[in-house]
Amino acid sequence: MSLDHYLVLAGILFSIGAATVLLRRNAIVVFMGVELMLNATNLLLVTFSRIHGKLDGQVLAFFVMVVAAAEVVVGLAIIVSIYRTRRSASVDDVNLLKS
Amino acid sequence: MHTLTSWATSVPFALPTAEITPIAAEPVRAGIYAVAPLLVGLPLASAAILLLLGRRSDRWGHWLGVLASAGAFVVGLLTFIAMLGRDSSQRVLDVRLGSWIDAGAFHVDAGIRLDPLSLTFVLLVTFVGTLIHVYSVAYMDHDKDRRRFFAYLNLFVAAMLVLVLADSYVLLFVGWEGVGLASYLLIGFWNQRTPYAVAAKKAFVANRIGDVGLIVALGLMFATFGGVDFDTVLGADMSAVNQATLTGVGLMLLLAACGKSAQFPLQSWLGDAMAGPTPVSALIHAATMVTAGVYLIVRSSAIFDAAPTAQLVVVIVGAITLLFGAIVGCAKDDIKKALAASTMSQIGYMILAAGLGPVGYAFAIFHLVTHGFFKAGMFLGAGSVMHGMDDQVDMRRFGNLARYMKVTYVTFGAGWLAILGIPPFSGFFSKDKIIESAFIPTDGQTWRAWVFGSVALLGAGITAFYMSRLFFMTFEGERRWSNKTDGSPQHPHESPRLMTWPMIVLAVGSVGLGAVLASGSRFVDWLAPVTGEHEHGEPVVPANVLVVVTLVLVVAGSVLAWRRYAISTVPVIPPIGTALTRAARVDLYQDVVNDALLVEPGVHLTRSLVFADKAVVDGAAVGVGQSAVGLGGLLRKTQTGYVRNYAATMLIGLVVLVATVLVIQS
Repeated sequence: MSLDHYLVLAGILFSIGAATVLLRRNAIVVFMGVELMLNATNLLLVTFSRIHGKLDGQVLAFFVMVVAAAEVVVGLAIIVSIYRTRRSASVDDVNLLKS
Repeated sequence: MHTLTSWATSVPFALPTAEITPIAAEPVRAGIYAVAPLLVGLPLASAAILLLLGRRSDRWGHWLGVLASAGAFVVGLLTFIAMLGRDSSQRVLDVRLGSWIDAGAFHVDAGIRLDPLSLTFVLLVTFVGTLIHVYSVAYMDHDKDRRRFFAYLNLFVAAMLVLVLADSYVLLFVGWEGVGLASYLLIGFWNQRTPYAVAAKKAFVANRIGDVGLIVALGLMFATFGGVDFDTVLGADMSAVNQATLTGVGLMLLLAACGKSAQFPLQSWLGDAMAGPTPVSALIHAATMVTAGVYLIVRSSAIFDAAPTAQLVVVIVGAITLLFGAIVGCAKDDIKKALAASTMSQIGYMILAAGLGPVGYAFAIFHLVTHGFFKAGMFLGAGSVMHGMDDQVDMRRFGNLARYMKVTYVTFGAGWLAILGIPPFSGFFSKDKIIESAFIPTDGQTWRAWVFGSVALLGAGITAFYMSRLFFMTFEGERRWSNKTDGSPQHPHESPRLMTWPMIVLAVGSVGLGAVLASGSRFVDWLAPVTGEHEHGEPVVPANVLVVVTLVLVVAGSVLAWRRYAISTVPVIPPIGTALTRAARVDLYQDVVNDALLVEPGVHLTRSLVFADKAVVDGAAVGVGQSAVGLGGLLRKTQTGYVRNYAATMLIGLVVLVATVLVIQS
């Protein structure tokens, strides 16, 4: 099985994640899209690591996981707090940037 | 001024009837002449004190003003006596005060020119000025701003003395502007009444037009002669100068004189200037300031003598104004405006005489001096009448005042006979000489003698008519008094002594001054160091005949006025009158003409400028702002506030970026 398939899979996963982030309104689902994109990236990193026979990509994947874990903690906390104040987890309700 | 001591021998021009030998100025530093700066300093200091101390000097301010003016007169008198002690060939002195402007090639020293001409003015201004100061103490007694009035009067005296004492045209210009300012302040002294403030503004603007002429003349002088002091300009070799330039300088000086002396076509402000308090009309708008134009022309005689075209224009302007003022004077019912028209006409005589050249300079100044006395006296008389008649100025509401105001009647009568030119009153000696000079052919041109002589002669007749009309309407005939403004009946009464004494002194001058100065051609000889000696040409009509004809005309005019305004009833409501009368009542439509020619186009010009400003300049500025706002509004629509929109933007941007990199690399 060619390693190219992994790259295609990673691209598909990333696209699904990106589409989720852009199209869904529920913040939790958006968050899941973000995680999907990160994991697609991880898959890509690991694949390239394998292709090149070096460990740099795998090391970087670990970093991404750590950062993703931290991000999930902070992000979920923000979502919960928004839900508590607004009784909604829809990202369209959070448009304070447009004064 | 030191380089030109030999000019008297080096200048070759000679006119057929005249040989001019003015004397170069002699610098002096010490002695009695060193106090000459006090002439200006005293009134100027007094004006400054009165204006700076403000209300604190209200109680004694007017006396300080009188004292400053009297002090200047004493200084002037001392200088005059010292001057009399010198030989007539050494009577042109220059008191140097120091370097004033030093800018490259342009160098002006501030200095005081003491010569017979300037001293004549100094004595006239300070003497008449002091009398009018005294008069004003009583006249302005009820005015709460009397101190300010005296401050302005002192300012005027100081500025007028700067004007006549200056030894350069630039310093003269300082005084010229100073008297314009003082005149403006005093015409608008009661500026709480809008028409008075408007009159002040009108006088100021009309004077500015003349000032432009003086500035242009200054520039031309500097370009032509390389300096603006009298010695450089008037002492230059005129035959070496371009004739057109000299004519230009002369015409520009004439323009300046027209503005200041209310000559045609800039005369319209003088009638309105009567809005000022009557002592102001007497001092500034009759005796002194308005004669500054005559001074300017006589002072610049060297230029005018070398520019015959400019001289001819001067005579024409004088002749037109002479008739103009006389005709207007016949129709005015306001006593002050009638006197103002008369002033205009009399200054027309002086300008005419000054334009005649060396033959007329001395007589122009002579008439100026006698006129200063009798016209100031008559204005003070008019003020006295107004004082006794509740500020009424309409002569149709006077009549028979001779019985109630004896001193005013007699002193006014002296002025009246003087301006008529009845011998031996002073006007006879001065005006008759001007008429005689006008009949002397210039450069052998007899037509000029006939035209201008006849105008001067005719003017004398009309003068007799309108002055007699004024006199009879006021003092003779039956009483036509209206009630006072508060409804109570009029009680005409003689004015207090502080007012009558100045009138008496001026009346004495009106009676005797002419004879004293004319005897043995004393005044002409006194002025000779400035105006030059000249041979007397022969008038086209014998002088004796002229005297008789003039007197006949004068008597005829007076008798006509007597029949119409003393014997017969004067209607209280002015009759409609002939077309000429109606025209004369509105100053021969001069305001209409000015409005149509100058004011209306000016208003339209400013309006179109305002429109252009709004449409173009404001349009450009506002347009830039508005287009920025519109653009911002368009861009704002892309900022939805939705996170996903921003995320999509980022994603698209990233994809585009990556695609671009790939395309470039492949």
